[in-house]
Amino acid sequence: MRDLIVGALERTAGLTFFALEFCKKCFRRPFEGRELLNQMDEAGSKSLLLVVVTGLSIGAVLSMQSRGTLARFGAESVLPSMLALSVIKEIGPVLTSLVLAGRLGAGIAAEIGSMRVTEQIDALEVAALKPFNYLVVTRVLACMVMFPVLTICCDVVALTGGFLESVIAAGTDYRLFIDRAFADVRLSDVTFSTAKTSVFGLIVGIVGCEMGYHVRGGTREVGRSAMQAVVLSSLLILVADVFLVRISLALFGG
Amino acid sequence: MRNLHKSFGSVAVLRGVSLDVPRGVCTAVMGGSGTGKSVLIKHIVGLMAPDKGAVWVHKQRVDRLKEAELDKLRLRVGFLFQGGALFDSMTVAENLDFILSRHSALGASARAERVQEALEWVNLGNKSGDFPAALSGGQRKRIALARSIILKPDILLCDEPTTGLDPVSVRVVSELLVRLRDALGITIVSITHDLLCAEITADRTCFLHQGRVVEEGTLAMLKASSHPELRNFFGAHA
Repeated sequence: MRDLIVGALERTAGLTFFALEFCKKCFRRPFEGRELLNQMDEAGSKSLLLVVVTGLSIGAVLSMQSRGTLARFGAESVLPSMLALSVIKEIGPVLTSLVLAGRLGAGIAAEIGSMRVTEQIDALEVAALKPFNYLVVTRVLACMVMFPVLTICCDVVALTGGFLESVIAAGTDYRLFIDRAFADVRLSDVTFSTAKTSVFGLIVGIVGCEMGYHVRGGTREVGRSAMQAVVLSSLLILVADVFLVRISLALFGG
Repeated sequence: MRNLHKSFGSVAVLRGVSLDVPRGVCTAVMGGSGTGKSVLIKHIVGLMAPDKGAVWVHKQRVDRLKEAELDKLRLRVGFLFQGGALFDSMTVAENLDFILSRHSALGASARAERVQEALEWVNLGNKSGDFPAALSGGQRKRIALARSIILKPDILLCDEPTTGLDPVSVRVVSELLVRLRDALGITIVSITHDLLCAEITADRTCFLHQGRVVEEGTLAMLKASSHPELRNFFGAHA
Protein backbone atom coordinates (compact mmCIF):
# COMPACT_ATOMS: atom_id res chain seq x y z
CA MET A 1 0.00 0.00 0.00
CA ARG A 2 2.82 2.36 0.95
CA ASP A 3 4.57 1.63 -2.37
CA LEU A 4 1.33 2.35 -4.22
CA ILE A 5 0.97 5.75 -2.56
CA VAL A 6 4.63 6.64 -3.08
CA GLY A 7 4.33 5.54 -6.72
CA ALA A 8 1.20 7.65 -7.24
CA LEU A 9 2.86 10.69 -5.66
CA GLU A 10 5.98 10.23 -7.78
CA ARG A 11 3.88 9.92 -10.91
CA THR A 12 1.88 13.05 -10.01
CA ALA A 13 5.06 15.02 -9.33
CA GLY A 14 6.60 13.77 -12.57
CA LEU A 15 3.57 14.79 -14.62
CA THR A 16 3.38 18.18 -12.90
CA PHE A 17 7.05 18.99 -13.58
CA PHE A 18 6.67 17.77 -17.14
CA ALA A 19 3.60 19.99 -17.67
CA LEU A 20 5.48 22.98 -16.22
CA GLU A 21 8.41 22.26 -18.51
CA PHE A 22 5.97 22.16 -21.43
CA CYS A 23 4.54 25.58 -20.45
CA LYS A 24 8.07 27.01 -20.25
CA LYS A 25 9.30 25.51 -23.53
CA CYS A 26 6.16 26.57 -25.43
CA PHE A 27 7.48 30.11 -25.51
CA ARG A 28 11.13 29.27 -26.15
CA ARG A 29 12.91 28.78 -29.46
CA PRO A 30 13.11 26.73 -31.57
CA PHE A 31 9.46 26.85 -32.68
CA GLU A 32 8.82 23.70 -34.66
CA GLY A 33 6.02 24.95 -36.93
CA ARG A 34 6.36 22.31 -39.61
CA GLU A 35 6.49 19.46 -37.11
CA LEU A 36 3.45 20.95 -35.36
CA LEU A 37 1.53 20.78 -38.65
CA ASN A 38 2.70 17.17 -39.14
CA GLN A 39 1.49 16.26 -35.68
CA MET A 40 -1.83 18.04 -36.21
CA ASP A 41 -2.26 15.99 -39.35
CA GLU A 42 -1.31 12.83 -37.44
CA ALA A 43 -3.68 13.61 -34.58
CA GLY A 44 -6.45 15.09 -36.72
CA SER A 45 -6.94 13.66 -40.15
CA LYS A 46 -5.76 10.19 -39.19
CA SER A 47 -8.21 10.04 -36.28
CA LEU A 48 -11.14 11.43 -38.25
CA LEU A 49 -12.57 8.11 -39.44
CA LEU A 50 -12.48 6.71 -35.91
CA VAL A 51 -14.27 9.76 -34.54
CA VAL A 52 -16.85 9.76 -37.33
CA VAL A 53 -17.74 6.09 -36.86
CA THR A 54 -17.93 6.56 -33.09
CA GLY A 55 -20.12 9.65 -33.40
CA LEU A 56 -22.45 8.16 -35.97
CA SER A 57 -23.09 4.99 -34.02
CA ILE A 58 -23.48 6.79 -30.68
CA GLY A 59 -25.98 9.27 -32.15
CA ALA A 60 -28.05 6.52 -33.73
CA VAL A 61 -27.92 4.25 -30.66
CA LEU A 62 -28.75 7.08 -28.26
CA SER A 63 -31.75 7.97 -30.36
CA MET A 64 -32.95 4.35 -30.55
CA GLN A 65 -32.44 3.67 -26.84
CA SER A 66 -34.02 6.88 -25.59
CA ARG A 67 -37.12 6.87 -27.75
CA GLY A 68 -38.80 3.94 -25.99
CA THR A 69 -38.15 5.32 -22.51
CA LEU A 70 -39.31 8.82 -23.41
CA ALA A 71 -42.40 7.43 -25.11
CA ARG A 72 -43.43 5.69 -21.88
CA PHE A 73 -43.60 9.13 -20.25
CA GLY A 74 -45.22 10.74 -23.27
CA ALA A 75 -42.10 12.84 -23.78
CA GLU A 76 -40.98 11.57 -27.18
CA SER A 77 -41.08 15.09 -28.52
CA VAL A 78 -38.12 16.12 -26.33
CA LEU A 79 -35.88 13.49 -27.95
CA PRO A 80 -34.20 15.86 -30.45
CA SER A 81 -33.48 18.40 -27.73
CA MET A 82 -32.21 15.77 -25.30
CA LEU A 83 -30.05 14.25 -28.01
CA ALA A 84 -28.52 17.59 -28.97
CA LEU A 85 -27.86 18.66 -25.39
CA SER A 86 -26.38 15.36 -24.26
CA VAL A 87 -24.20 15.03 -27.36
CA ILE A 88 -22.95 18.62 -27.37
CA LYS A 89 -22.50 19.06 -23.63
CA GLU A 90 -21.12 15.71 -22.57
CA ILE A 91 -21.15 12.66 -24.76
CA GLY A 92 -19.42 14.22 -27.76
CA PRO A 93 -16.52 15.84 -25.88
CA VAL A 94 -15.88 13.02 -23.43
CA LEU A 95 -16.32 10.16 -25.86
CA THR A 96 -14.15 11.81 -28.50
CA SER A 97 -11.45 12.47 -25.91
CA LEU A 98 -11.55 8.91 -24.59
CA VAL A 99 -11.34 7.46 -28.08
CA LEU A 100 -8.45 9.78 -28.89
CA ALA A 101 -6.75 8.94 -25.59
CA GLY A 102 -6.74 5.32 -26.76
CA ARG A 103 -5.37 6.09 -30.20
CA LEU A 104 -3.08 9.05 -29.58
CA GLY A 105 -2.04 8.44 -25.97
CA ALA A 106 -0.75 4.98 -26.75
CA GLY A 107 0.77 6.09 -30.05
CA ILE A 108 2.63 9.04 -28.54
CA ALA A 109 3.96 7.05 -25.58
CA ALA A 110 5.06 4.17 -27.80
CA GLU A 111 6.70 6.38 -30.42
CA ILE A 112 8.60 8.59 -27.99
CA GLY A 113 9.39 5.59 -25.78
CA SER A 114 10.93 3.66 -28.64
CA MET A 115 12.91 6.76 -29.61
CA ARG A 116 14.20 6.91 -26.04
CA VAL A 117 15.31 3.29 -25.83
CA THR A 118 16.97 3.41 -29.25
CA GLU A 119 18.85 6.60 -28.25
CA GLN A 120 17.14 8.71 -30.94
CA ILE A 121 16.28 11.32 -28.32
CA ASP A 122 19.92 11.44 -27.22
CA ALA A 123 20.86 11.81 -30.89
CA LEU A 124 18.60 14.86 -31.14
CA GLU A 125 20.10 16.24 -27.93
CA VAL A 126 23.73 15.91 -29.05
CA ALA A 127 22.84 17.49 -32.38
CA ALA A 128 21.60 20.53 -30.40
CA LEU A 129 18.08 19.96 -31.73
CA LYS A 130 16.03 20.37 -28.53
CA PRO A 131 14.08 17.10 -28.43
CA PHE A 132 11.58 18.47 -25.91
CA ASN A 133 10.50 21.20 -28.32
CA TYR A 134 10.55 18.91 -31.31
CA LEU A 135 8.81 15.90 -29.79
CA VAL A 136 6.80 17.07 -26.80
CA VAL A 137 5.70 20.65 -27.43
CA THR A 138 4.51 19.84 -30.95
CA ARG A 139 2.53 16.77 -29.91
CA VAL A 140 0.88 18.36 -26.92
CA LEU A 141 -0.07 21.50 -28.86
CA ALA A 142 -1.39 19.34 -31.71
CA CYS A 143 -3.60 17.47 -29.23
CA MET A 144 -4.83 20.73 -27.69
CA VAL A 145 -5.79 22.10 -31.10
CA MET A 146 -7.19 18.95 -32.70
CA PHE A 147 -9.30 17.62 -29.81
CA PRO A 148 -11.85 20.48 -30.10
CA VAL A 149 -11.87 20.19 -33.91
CA LEU A 150 -12.53 16.45 -33.74
CA THR A 151 -15.12 16.98 -31.03
CA ILE A 152 -17.07 19.29 -33.33
CA CYS A 153 -16.87 16.62 -36.02
CA CYS A 154 -18.10 14.01 -33.56
CA ASP A 155 -20.98 16.25 -32.41
CA VAL A 156 -22.09 16.94 -35.97
CA VAL A 157 -21.90 13.30 -36.99
CA ALA A 158 -23.62 12.06 -33.81
CA LEU A 159 -26.49 14.49 -34.34
CA THR A 160 -26.67 13.40 -37.95
CA GLY A 161 -26.83 9.78 -36.78
CA GLY A 162 -29.63 10.61 -34.37
CA PHE A 163 -31.39 12.64 -37.06
CA LEU A 164 -31.20 9.84 -39.63
CA GLU A 165 -32.39 7.26 -37.14
CA SER A 166 -35.33 9.47 -36.11
CA VAL A 167 -36.31 10.44 -39.64
CA ILE A 168 -35.70 7.15 -41.44
CA ALA A 169 -36.45 4.54 -38.76
CA ALA A 170 -38.98 6.34 -36.58
CA GLY A 171 -40.56 8.57 -39.21
CA THR A 172 -40.08 11.84 -37.33
CA ASP A 173 -40.62 14.93 -39.44
CA TYR A 174 -37.18 16.32 -40.31
CA ARG A 175 -38.27 19.96 -39.86
CA LEU A 176 -39.63 19.16 -36.42
CA PHE A 177 -36.40 17.39 -35.45
CA ILE A 178 -34.19 20.28 -36.50
CA ASP A 179 -36.48 22.83 -34.91
CA ARG A 180 -36.63 20.98 -31.57
CA ALA A 181 -32.98 19.88 -31.49
CA PHE A 182 -31.45 23.30 -31.22
CA ALA A 183 -34.21 25.09 -29.33
CA ASP A 184 -32.55 24.62 -25.93
CA VAL A 185 -28.90 24.70 -26.98
CA ARG A 186 -27.08 27.85 -25.87
CA LEU A 187 -23.91 29.18 -27.44
CA SER A 188 -22.11 28.72 -24.12
CA ASP A 189 -23.04 25.00 -24.17
CA VAL A 190 -21.26 24.58 -27.46
CA THR A 191 -18.24 26.79 -26.77
CA PHE A 192 -17.42 25.64 -23.24
CA SER A 193 -18.01 21.96 -23.91
CA THR A 194 -15.89 22.07 -27.04
CA ALA A 195 -13.17 24.19 -25.47
CA LYS A 196 -12.84 21.86 -22.49
CA THR A 197 -11.58 19.14 -24.82
CA SER A 198 -8.48 21.29 -25.24
CA VAL A 199 -7.78 20.48 -21.59
CA PHE A 200 -8.38 16.80 -22.35
CA GLY A 201 -5.94 17.14 -25.26
CA LEU A 202 -3.39 18.63 -22.89
CA ILE A 203 -3.87 15.68 -20.53
CA VAL A 204 -3.49 13.08 -23.28
CA GLY A 205 -0.47 14.85 -24.76
CA ILE A 206 1.34 15.40 -21.47
CA VAL A 207 0.66 11.90 -20.14
CA GLY A 208 1.63 10.20 -23.42
CA CYS A 209 4.78 12.25 -23.86
CA GLU A 210 5.87 11.94 -20.23
CA MET A 211 5.38 8.18 -20.21
CA GLY A 212 7.41 7.81 -23.38
CA TYR A 213 10.07 10.40 -22.61
CA HIS A 214 11.06 8.84 -19.31
CA VAL A 215 10.79 5.19 -20.24
CA ARG A 216 13.81 3.07 -19.30
CA GLY A 217 14.57 -0.41 -20.49
CA GLY A 218 13.45 -2.08 -23.69
CA THR A 219 10.42 -2.92 -25.81
CA ARG A 220 8.56 -4.45 -22.86
CA GLU A 221 8.76 -1.19 -20.93
CA VAL A 222 7.71 0.77 -24.03
CA GLY A 223 4.59 -1.39 -24.37
CA ARG A 224 3.84 -1.01 -20.69
CA SER A 225 4.21 2.76 -20.80
CA ALA A 226 1.85 2.94 -23.80
CA MET A 227 -0.77 0.96 -21.90
CA GLN A 228 -0.31 3.06 -18.78
CA ALA A 229 -0.60 6.24 -20.83
CA VAL A 230 -4.04 5.17 -22.08
CA VAL A 231 -5.27 4.14 -18.64
CA LEU A 232 -3.98 7.22 -16.85
CA SER A 233 -5.07 9.76 -19.45
CA SER A 234 -8.56 8.19 -19.63
CA LEU A 235 -8.90 8.39 -15.84
CA LEU A 236 -7.62 11.95 -15.74
CA ILE A 237 -10.04 12.98 -18.49
CA LEU A 238 -12.98 11.66 -16.46
CA VAL A 239 -11.76 13.33 -13.26
CA ALA A 240 -11.03 16.63 -15.01
CA ASP A 241 -14.48 16.52 -16.61
CA VAL A 242 -16.11 16.57 -13.17
CA PHE A 243 -14.27 19.79 -12.28
CA LEU A 244 -14.86 21.37 -15.68
CA VAL A 245 -18.60 20.64 -15.57
CA ARG A 246 -18.70 22.16 -12.08
CA ILE A 247 -16.98 25.28 -13.42
CA SER A 248 -19.36 25.52 -16.38
CA LEU A 249 -22.37 25.24 -14.05
CA ALA A 250 -20.97 28.00 -11.89
CA LEU A 251 -20.30 30.22 -14.90
CA PHE A 252 -23.28 29.55 -17.14
CA GLY A 253 -25.84 27.75 -14.96
CA GLY A 254 -27.48 24.40 -15.75
CA MET B 1 38.48 14.91 -17.86
CA ARG B 2 39.59 15.11 -14.28
CA ASN B 3 38.60 12.90 -11.36
CA LEU B 4 35.18 12.08 -12.80
CA HIS B 5 32.67 10.44 -10.48
CA LYS B 6 29.21 9.23 -11.41
CA SER B 7 26.78 7.07 -9.47
CA PHE B 8 23.31 5.78 -10.21
CA GLY B 9 21.61 5.31 -6.87
CA SER B 10 23.99 3.28 -4.79
CA VAL B 11 25.93 1.99 -7.79
CA ALA B 12 29.16 3.91 -8.39
CA VAL B 13 29.88 3.65 -12.13
CA LEU B 14 32.76 6.10 -12.49
CA ARG B 15 35.12 6.41 -9.55
CA GLY B 16 37.64 9.08 -10.31
CA VAL B 17 38.38 8.79 -14.03
CA SER B 18 41.04 11.16 -15.38
CA LEU B 19 41.83 11.09 -19.08
CA ASP B 20 43.54 13.35 -21.63
CA VAL B 21 42.66 13.07 -25.31
CA PRO B 22 45.22 14.70 -27.61
CA ARG B 23 43.99 16.55 -30.68
CA GLY B 24 43.94 14.67 -33.99
CA VAL B 25 44.48 11.18 -32.65
CA CYS B 26 42.18 8.25 -32.11
CA THR B 27 41.86 7.20 -28.49
CA ALA B 28 40.17 3.92 -27.73
CA VAL B 29 38.63 3.48 -24.30
CA MET B 30 38.50 -0.24 -23.68
CA GLY B 31 37.09 -2.40 -20.94
CA GLY B 32 34.60 -5.13 -20.25
CA SER B 33 30.82 -4.70 -20.24
CA GLY B 34 29.38 -2.57 -17.45
CA THR B 35 32.61 -0.77 -16.61
CA GLY B 36 31.18 2.68 -17.34
CA LYS B 37 32.58 3.29 -20.83
CA SER B 38 29.32 4.59 -22.32
CA VAL B 39 28.63 6.68 -19.22
CA LEU B 40 32.08 8.21 -19.60
CA ILE B 41 31.60 9.24 -23.22
CA LYS B 42 28.17 10.77 -22.51
CA HIS B 43 29.80 13.22 -20.11
CA ILE B 44 31.86 14.68 -22.95
CA VAL B 45 28.77 16.10 -24.70
CA GLY B 46 26.83 16.92 -21.56
CA LEU B 47 24.32 14.08 -21.94
CA MET B 48 25.18 13.28 -18.34
CA ALA B 49 26.47 15.55 -15.60
CA PRO B 50 29.19 14.30 -13.25
CA ASP B 51 28.56 14.00 -9.53
CA LYS B 52 32.11 15.17 -8.99
CA GLY B 53 35.02 16.13 -11.23
CA ALA B 54 35.24 18.11 -14.44
CA VAL B 55 35.10 17.56 -18.19
CA TRP B 56 36.98 19.95 -20.45
CA VAL B 57 36.51 20.16 -24.22
CA HIS B 58 38.16 22.89 -26.30
CA LYS B 59 39.15 24.67 -23.07
CA GLN B 60 35.53 24.83 -21.95
CA ARG B 61 34.28 23.10 -18.85
CA VAL B 62 31.33 21.11 -20.21
CA ASP B 63 29.48 20.52 -16.95
CA ARG B 64 29.31 24.27 -16.27
CA LEU B 65 28.29 25.45 -19.72
CA LYS B 66 25.00 27.27 -20.20
CA GLU B 67 22.49 25.75 -22.61
CA ALA B 68 23.43 27.99 -25.57
CA GLU B 69 27.16 27.42 -25.02
CA LEU B 70 26.65 23.69 -24.74
CA ASP B 71 24.69 23.71 -28.01
CA LYS B 72 27.57 25.53 -29.72
CA LEU B 73 30.03 22.97 -28.40
CA ARG B 74 27.82 20.07 -29.46
CA LEU B 75 27.87 21.30 -33.04
CA ARG B 76 31.64 20.74 -33.02
CA VAL B 77 31.28 17.19 -31.70
CA GLY B 78 29.85 14.27 -33.66
CA PHE B 79 28.42 11.30 -31.80
CA LEU B 80 28.08 7.80 -33.20
CA PHE B 81 25.64 5.87 -31.04
CA GLN B 82 25.90 2.18 -30.30
CA GLY B 83 22.73 1.27 -32.20
CA GLY B 84 23.13 4.04 -34.77
CA ALA B 85 20.11 5.94 -33.37
CA LEU B 86 18.91 6.77 -36.87
CA PHE B 87 15.51 8.46 -36.98
CA ASP B 88 13.44 5.57 -38.24
CA SER B 89 10.58 7.69 -39.58
CA MET B 90 12.97 9.38 -42.02
CA THR B 91 14.86 8.15 -45.05
CA VAL B 92 18.65 8.00 -44.98
CA ALA B 93 18.95 11.36 -46.79
CA GLU B 94 16.37 12.96 -44.51
CA ASN B 95 18.30 11.73 -41.48
CA LEU B 96 21.32 13.69 -42.62
CA ASP B 97 19.46 16.67 -44.02
CA PHE B 98 17.39 17.03 -40.84
CA ILE B 99 20.48 18.07 -38.90
CA LEU B 100 22.07 20.01 -41.72
CA SER B 101 18.96 22.08 -42.47
CA ARG B 102 18.74 23.28 -38.88
CA HIS B 103 22.36 24.17 -38.39
CA SER B 104 23.50 25.56 -41.71
CA ALA B 105 22.47 28.37 -44.00
CA LEU B 106 22.83 26.19 -47.08
CA GLY B 107 20.07 26.05 -49.66
CA ALA B 108 18.24 22.85 -50.53
CA SER B 109 20.47 21.90 -53.48
CA ALA B 110 23.70 22.63 -51.57
CA ARG B 111 22.43 20.56 -48.68
CA ALA B 112 21.52 17.69 -51.00
CA GLU B 113 25.06 17.82 -52.38
CA ARG B 114 26.57 17.75 -48.88
CA VAL B 115 24.34 14.83 -47.91
CA GLN B 116 25.36 12.90 -51.00
CA GLU B 117 29.02 13.71 -50.32
CA ALA B 118 28.71 12.33 -46.76
CA LEU B 119 26.99 9.20 -48.05
CA GLU B 120 29.71 8.70 -50.66
CA TRP B 121 32.24 8.98 -47.83
CA VAL B 122 30.78 5.89 -46.23
CA ASN B 123 30.30 4.21 -49.64
CA LEU B 124 26.52 4.22 -49.41
CA GLY B 125 25.64 6.89 -51.94
CA ASN B 126 22.94 4.65 -53.43
CA LYS B 127 21.01 4.30 -50.16
CA SER B 128 19.74 7.87 -49.78
CA GLY B 129 16.09 6.97 -50.37
CA ASP B 130 16.01 3.92 -48.10
CA PHE B 131 14.57 3.83 -44.61
CA PRO B 132 16.85 2.66 -41.76
CA ALA B 133 14.74 -0.48 -41.29
CA ALA B 134 15.74 -1.64 -44.77
CA LEU B 135 19.47 -1.45 -44.01
CA SER B 136 21.81 -4.05 -42.54
CA GLY B 137 23.49 -3.46 -39.17
CA GLY B 138 26.77 -2.45 -40.80
CA GLN B 139 25.03 -0.10 -43.24
CA ARG B 140 23.10 1.53 -40.38
CA LYS B 141 26.37 2.16 -38.54
CA ARG B 142 27.92 3.71 -41.64
CA ILE B 143 24.88 5.94 -42.24
CA ALA B 144 25.00 6.96 -38.58
CA LEU B 145 28.68 7.75 -39.07
CA ALA B 146 27.83 9.88 -42.11
CA ARG B 147 25.21 11.71 -40.05
CA SER B 148 27.64 12.32 -37.21
CA ILE B 149 30.13 14.04 -39.55
CA ILE B 150 27.61 15.97 -41.63
CA LEU B 151 28.35 19.18 -39.71
CA LYS B 152 32.11 18.62 -40.12
CA PRO B 153 32.92 18.29 -36.41
CA ASP B 154 36.46 18.37 -35.03
CA ILE B 155 35.75 15.64 -32.49
CA LEU B 156 33.97 12.35 -33.07
CA LEU B 157 32.76 10.23 -30.18
CA CYS B 158 31.95 6.61 -31.00
CA ASP B 159 30.04 4.43 -28.58
CA GLU B 160 30.83 0.82 -29.51
CA PRO B 161 31.12 1.56 -33.25
CA THR B 162 31.47 -2.11 -34.22
CA THR B 163 29.32 -3.96 -31.69
CA GLY B 164 27.09 -6.56 -33.28
CA LEU B 165 28.81 -6.40 -36.66
CA ASP B 166 30.41 -9.24 -38.59
CA PRO B 167 34.23 -9.11 -38.97
CA VAL B 168 34.02 -7.71 -42.50
CA SER B 169 31.75 -4.86 -41.37
CA VAL B 170 33.98 -4.27 -38.32
CA ARG B 171 36.91 -3.74 -40.68
CA VAL B 172 34.88 -1.47 -42.99
CA VAL B 173 33.64 0.78 -40.15
CA SER B 174 37.06 0.83 -38.46
CA GLU B 175 38.81 1.80 -41.69
CA LEU B 176 36.27 4.58 -42.18
CA LEU B 177 37.22 5.95 -38.76
CA VAL B 178 40.89 5.88 -39.72
CA ARG B 179 40.08 7.70 -42.97
CA LEU B 180 38.19 10.36 -41.01
CA ARG B 181 41.14 10.90 -38.73
CA ASP B 182 43.70 10.99 -41.53
CA ALA B 183 41.76 12.94 -44.15
CA LEU B 184 39.81 15.37 -41.99
CA GLY B 185 42.01 15.52 -38.91
CA ILE B 186 39.11 14.61 -36.63
CA THR B 187 39.92 13.72 -33.02
CA ILE B 188 38.24 10.41 -32.26
CA VAL B 189 37.30 8.91 -28.92
CA SER B 190 36.08 5.39 -29.43
CA ILE B 191 34.51 3.27 -26.74
CA THR B 192 35.04 -0.35 -27.62
CA HIS B 193 35.68 -3.82 -26.39
CA ASP B 194 36.32 -5.00 -29.92
CA LEU B 195 40.00 -5.80 -30.27
CA LEU B 196 39.98 -5.76 -34.08
CA CYS B 197 38.44 -2.29 -34.08
CA ALA B 198 41.01 -1.06 -31.55
CA GLU B 199 43.88 -2.57 -33.54
CA ILE B 200 42.79 -0.78 -36.71
CA THR B 201 41.82 2.59 -35.24
CA ALA B 202 43.57 3.29 -31.94
CA ASP B 203 46.65 5.49 -31.66
CA ARG B 204 46.23 5.49 -27.90
CA THR B 205 44.23 3.29 -25.61
CA CYS B 206 43.16 3.31 -22.02
CA PHE B 207 41.55 0.51 -20.05
CA LEU B 208 38.63 1.09 -17.75
CA HIS B 209 37.88 -1.28 -14.91
CA GLN B 210 35.42 -0.79 -12.05
CA GLY B 211 35.02 2.89 -12.87
CA ARG B 212 38.75 3.69 -12.97
CA VAL B 213 41.42 3.93 -15.67
CA VAL B 214 43.80 1.13 -14.76
CA GLU B 215 46.19 1.42 -17.72
CA GLU B 216 46.99 3.87 -20.51
CA GLY B 217 49.28 3.74 -23.54
CA THR B 218 49.45 2.07 -26.92
CA LEU B 219 47.49 -1.11 -27.54
CA ALA B 220 50.76 -3.06 -27.41
CA MET B 221 51.45 -1.62 -23.96
CA LEU B 222 48.02 -2.63 -22.74
CA LYS B 223 48.49 -6.13 -24.12
CA ALA B 224 51.82 -6.41 -22.32
CA SER B 225 50.43 -5.14 -19.04
CA SER B 226 50.70 -7.34 -15.97
CA HIS B 227 47.40 -6.06 -14.54
CA PRO B 228 45.24 -9.15 -13.93
CA GLU B 229 42.13 -7.60 -15.46
CA LEU B 230 44.00 -6.69 -18.64
CA ARG B 231 45.57 -10.12 -18.84
CA ASN B 232 42.14 -11.61 -18.43
CA PHE B 233 40.62 -9.26 -21.07
CA PHE B 234 43.26 -9.82 -23.73
CA GLY B 235 43.52 -13.49 -22.84
CA ALA B 236 39.83 -13.83 -23.53
CA HIS B 237 40.28 -12.02 -26.86
CA ALA B 238 43.34 -13.99 -27.94
